[in-house]
Amino acid sequence: MKVLVPVKRVVDANVKVRVKSDQTGVDLANVKMSMNPFDEIAVEEAVRLKEKGLVEEIVAVSIGVAQAQETIRTALAMGADRGVLITTDTDAEPLAVAKLLKALVDEEKPGLVLMGKQAIDGDNNAVGQMLAALLDWPQATFASKVEISGDKASVTREVDGGLQTLSVDLPAVVTTDLRLNEPRYASLPNIMKAKKKPIDMKTPADYGVDTAPRLKVLKVTEPPKRSAGIKVESAEDLVMKLKNEAGVL
Amino acid sequence: MAVLVLADHDNAHLRDTTHKTVTAALNLSKDVDVLVLGNGADAVASAAAKIAGVRKVLLEQSPDLGQSIAEAEEAAILPLMANYDAVLIPASTSGKNTAPRVAAKLDVSQISDVVEVVDANTFVRPIYAGNALETVQSSDAKKVITVRPTAFKAAADGGSASVEKIADQPKAPKTRFVSEEMVKSDRPELGAAKIVVSGGRAMGSAEEFQKVIEPLADKLGAAVGASRAAVDAGYAPNDYQVGQTGKVVAPALYIAIGISGAIQHLAGMKDSKTIVAINKDPDAPIFQIADYGWVTDYKTAVPALMAALG
Ligand SMILES: Cc1cc2nc3c(=O)[nH]c(=O)nc-3n(C[C@H](O)[C@H](O)[C@H](O)COP(=O)(O)OP(=O)(O)OC[C@H]3O[C@@H](n4cnc5c(N)ncnc54)[C@H](O)[C@@H]3O)c2cc1C
Ligand SMILES: Nc1ncnc2c1ncn2[C@@H]1O[C@H](COP(=O)(O)O)[C@@H](O)[C@H]1O
Repeated sequence: MKVLVPVKRVVDANVKVRVKSDQTGVDLANVKMSMNPFDEIAVEEAVRLKEKGLVEEIVAVSIGVAQAQETIRTALAMGADRGVLITTDTDAEPLAVAKLLKALVDEEKPGLVLMGKQAIDGDNNAVGQMLAALLDWPQATFASKVEISGDKASVTREVDGGLQTLSVDLPAVVTTDLRLNEPRYASLPNIMKAKKKPIDMKTPADYGVDTAPRLKVLKVTEPPKRSAGIKVESAEDLVMKLKNEAGVL
Repeated sequence: MAVLVLADHDNAHLRDTTHKTVTAALNLSKDVDVLVLGNGADAVASAAAKIAGVRKVLLEQSPDLGQSIAEAEEAAILPLMANYDAVLIPASTSGKNTAPRVAAKLDVSQISDVVEVVDANTFVRPIYAGNALETVQSSDAKKVITVRPTAFKAAADGGSASVEKIADQPKAPKTRFVSEEMVKSDRPELGAAKIVVSGGRAMGSAEEFQKVIEPLADKLGAAVGASRAAVDAGYAPNDYQVGQTGKVVAPALYIAIGISGAIQHLAGMKDSKTIVAINKDPDAPIFQIADYGWVTDYKTAVPALMAALG
């Protein structure tokens, strides 16, 4: 089976972004970029499936600026076999990303698409479900456990209230939650090897997909600021203040 | 324009996230209908019919809908969209699972996690873990919107809408429900509680989490939350996780114990009315947003707090 793993280049999770003063967006100049953490988990899961002999080939795909090649190289260093970069200058919306991925799935015919549940920049949590719908494939989102047997996947999902286990027919789309695995660090030899693995360069036009945005960003603003309050020194003081000042007890 | 709201429920009870989503919908239009998808969910539909401002309730049932299977929910919602200009879905795990499928099938961009309705085409939503707010204008003819319930007041009861049953039984032939493991608790639900007590990595073990966090929560009639570190380490179940990628809460009182205050955690609780932080590190970032900070070891502080509460 072939697995497709979409990986997005995003602002690193440890960076606290700043809104630009002209309200056109957030300041991305000289900010550290990384692979979306949920996508790292997806790559790791794909590599583990390959190590178990359940997967023959892992294709990592990214949609974005030319530098997203680095994100693909990271996936290749973790164990993916080859990459596809679909370059766009505009930040493609989830719907456009899902359409591009669908076109790629039609071409590559993977048995499984493993991807993140959410990109931590736009926080949309949408592409996986959209892709599954466009393909008319079943989906299992927010996975904390994935077991493949034959033409089915059993997936345990993190849902409000606890855990749900589904069995889906393959091919399917599975999106990862934080507790699925802990991604490996690529070793130096694997990073060197990754440099020789192929990356196909494509554009949305190659797939006939219109990526024009449907949502116009009118402005990006800072959220209301919360300021630090006061320090308390004892339990009695805290309880008194919660009762009398805050009125919440 | 007519707006459809998807009800959030567990087949027995309607969640107040539905009332909050109705409020968001009433900002868009006077013509708001509620759709209940479930199994054995007649009581849920009756409860939805009581929400003030709701025009009518649609009830559609099947075993797959009862398990919140996204493919079945999509199949139920899609044909109804011929009659509606927008569908608003609470951003629960179930809503997040289904809404994008509907958007993709309608060929529209989903507007995720809306916190403010500016006008019929313009919405505000958080991005980058809530470190920025984006105002977007949609050019799509129909809108598929997930709503962050904590950002809206709950619509009151007092209505008496009719309940209309839809006979279709949507199925998801390629997806089967196997099992579920739900956390049983008599405490209020995390998303709806007035007080939340959360524990972090400082707890060190599940036993300590249960010994320290849970009795304090019970004394306050509070829900229990946790940081990702506490959940990852197995001190607390996954659905306790508060944050960017867990639950978003906005109670009247949030008490963070042994939690450092990473941006991803703050994203899930910084809209709480009053925030208390107990942490032995005076430089912990959680103190930058806490109304009441107490720099101390939780091991002595929590027992003292229990005693002071009487
Ligand atoms: C993609 C992604 C998504 C994430 N999503 C979330 C999310 O949704 N929610 C979330 O919470 N995190 C999330 N995180 C993780 C987040 O970045 C932090 O790692 C996490 O919140 C830290 O948890 P913590 O505060 O419990 O642990 P720590 O940061 O280790 O803090 C423990 C605190 O306890 C204090 N302490 C220790 N001993 C005591 C004591 N005896 N008495 C009092 N205080 C004590 C310490 O001073 C410290 O401040 C995410 C991370 C990533 C990369
Ligand atoms: N530009 C992109 N390139 C590759 N994968 C993407 C891109 N955008 C989103 N994805 C995938 O879709 C998942 C969910 O993203 P989102 O719906 O935008 O939150 C991510 O975790 C990625 O796996």
